[in-house]
Amino acid sequence: MTHAAANRLAAAPGDNSAAAFDVARVRADFPILTQEVFGKPLVYLDSAASAQKPRQVIEAMSHAYETCYANVHRGVHRMSQLTTDAFESGREKVAGFLNAGSADEIVFTRNATEAFNLVASCFASAKLARGDEVVISTLEHHANIVPWQLVRDRLGIVLRIVPIDDDGNFLLDDYEALLGPRTKLVAVTHVSNDLGTVVPIKQVIDLAHARGIPVLVDGCQAVPHIKVDVQALDADFYIFTGHKLYGPTGIGVLYGKSALLRELPPYQGGGEMISSVTFEKTTFKDPPHRFEAGTPPIVEAIGLGAAIDYVASLGHEAIAAHETGLRGYAEARLTQVAGLRLVGTAREKASIVSFVMDNAHPHDIGTIVDRAGVAVRTGHHCAQPLMQRLGVAATARASFGLYNTREEVDVLAQALESVHELFG
Amino acid sequence: MLDDLRELYQEVILDHGRNPRNLRKPPEANRHAHGHNPMCGDSVVVHATVDDAGVIRDVAFEGRGCAISVASASLMTEVLKGKSQAEAQALFEQFHDMCTKDGTQAGDPDNEELERLQVLAGVREFPMRVKCATLAWHTLNAAMAGGDEVTTE
Repeated sequence: MTHAAANRLAAAPGDNSAAAFDVARVRADFPILTQEVFGKPLVYLDSAASAQKPRQVIEAMSHAYETCYANVHRGVHRMSQLTTDAFESGREKVAGFLNAGSADEIVFTRNATEAFNLVASCFASAKLARGDEVVISTLEHHANIVPWQLVRDRLGIVLRIVPIDDDGNFLLDDYEALLGPRTKLVAVTHVSNDLGTVVPIKQVIDLAHARGIPVLVDGCQAVPHIKVDVQALDADFYIFTGHKLYGPTGIGVLYGKSALLRELPPYQGGGEMISSVTFEKTTFKDPPHRFEAGTPPIVEAIGLGAAIDYVASLGHEAIAAHETGLRGYAEARLTQVAGLRLVGTAREKASIVSFVMDNAHPHDIGTIVDRAGVAVRTGHHCAQPLMQRLGVAATARASFGLYNTREEVDVLAQALESVHELFG
Repeated sequence: MLDDLRELYQEVILDHGRNPRNLRKPPEANRHAHGHNPMCGDSVVVHATVDDAGVIRDVAFEGRGCAISVASASLMTEVLKGKSQAEAQALFEQFHDMCTKDGTQAGDPDNEELERLQVLAGVREFPMRVKCATLAWHTLNAAMAGGDEVTTE
């Protein structure tokens, strides 16, 4: 198959125009949604952990393996060229998706966590010294906490933590007060993975830039729900992962402004990232390849490109409208369940609904609703400091994707009524 | 749906989950350990009082968690009083087999303690929950071995 044919295939997600968001039609694109769990239809409300994959992504990846596959940036042979074109076209689609200035600003990693570690490691080497400060927030996922702690322990930097209020709102004034002469980087999430809080990221960035401080944004939970324009935001780094965007696992994305990426040293050494190697001296490629040592996630990049095409075919506005409606319905419906309390009621939220129940631990909730076919996440959501701030050990979390329906919310609510019945 | 679940959440478990026994810190306790389940964040501290002859005089715990882990800790404190360390170890192994292995004998009429723990055998059908049932026991084991920290992963 030619590269052009591969592109056509990837860009054929059916007629899901924004004007008429047809959830039944969307669901038909996701083969897994016909599965049953314990004899009940699967009700998948765990897209914030990992989203399901549409046929268009699965087929684009199968087709690559079946018709257009070799290693990239290596051979002079035809198959390598075609695969390189398809792989780099995935990078261009990501650049377009984020409205990056250039595809050279898109670095592929194996997941979002690796992207955070890449920035922490390389930015620290180039820019941080003992006593320098990095600002993160209470809402962060462990992936945007622990890499900075490793840097702290290695270099003696200081971590400053932006507080939240009891509803889960990011406190902008407190944030501004933390910015000081030693602040060298702000690294905050766009959307909280547990509470769904949408952080006022444009203001966060503007306040930092007014002091010359660059900003890294964790966009893992944002990109499936919100149209992101890194140039309009003026984000310096923006990270997201493929598998939460209806794409494959095994691929993460680091957007970095060209000038900043050029100032950073390599992350890992190996093939692909070098210009020339002798035993005396090695020179490195320019970004993004400088940061992509070894064989990259080739077919995953093609799959991610197909996922981006799929989301684009539905339109972010239509997806957001659908999901916002679902979240509102879910919040209204779930608060009717006796003993249930929502955790995270920020002013602006993505389609994530966390909750606790008076007499049932989230783990027990998870086990019970599972028997009704409902998949929800229970636990600390890789955000233990946030749990401590909220005074809970864990929460149950329903997260909604573009394929979820109000009927599924009803199934969850009925299962939660069983929880109440059992635990009182 | 609730019928299936009542196998796991038997009345005894719901009762011990709601009203755990020996939820305290005895001042005379001389063996302590902290247990942690990284998957769910549950955390338990076990305190045991062992006399010079190696007999467990008292077991208590502090912590919070799901119904299964709290009920299991509560039941454990009740069945271990007066046992030697060797007897406690043997009981843990029998209990662990009961929670993980299909076809394990459903109760041994001569083993009154294992009989009492039988209410937790339902976790066998819920593999993700076995760690909840065994967390307190692993923690007790660590306390007896002189450790102070255990995780279930």
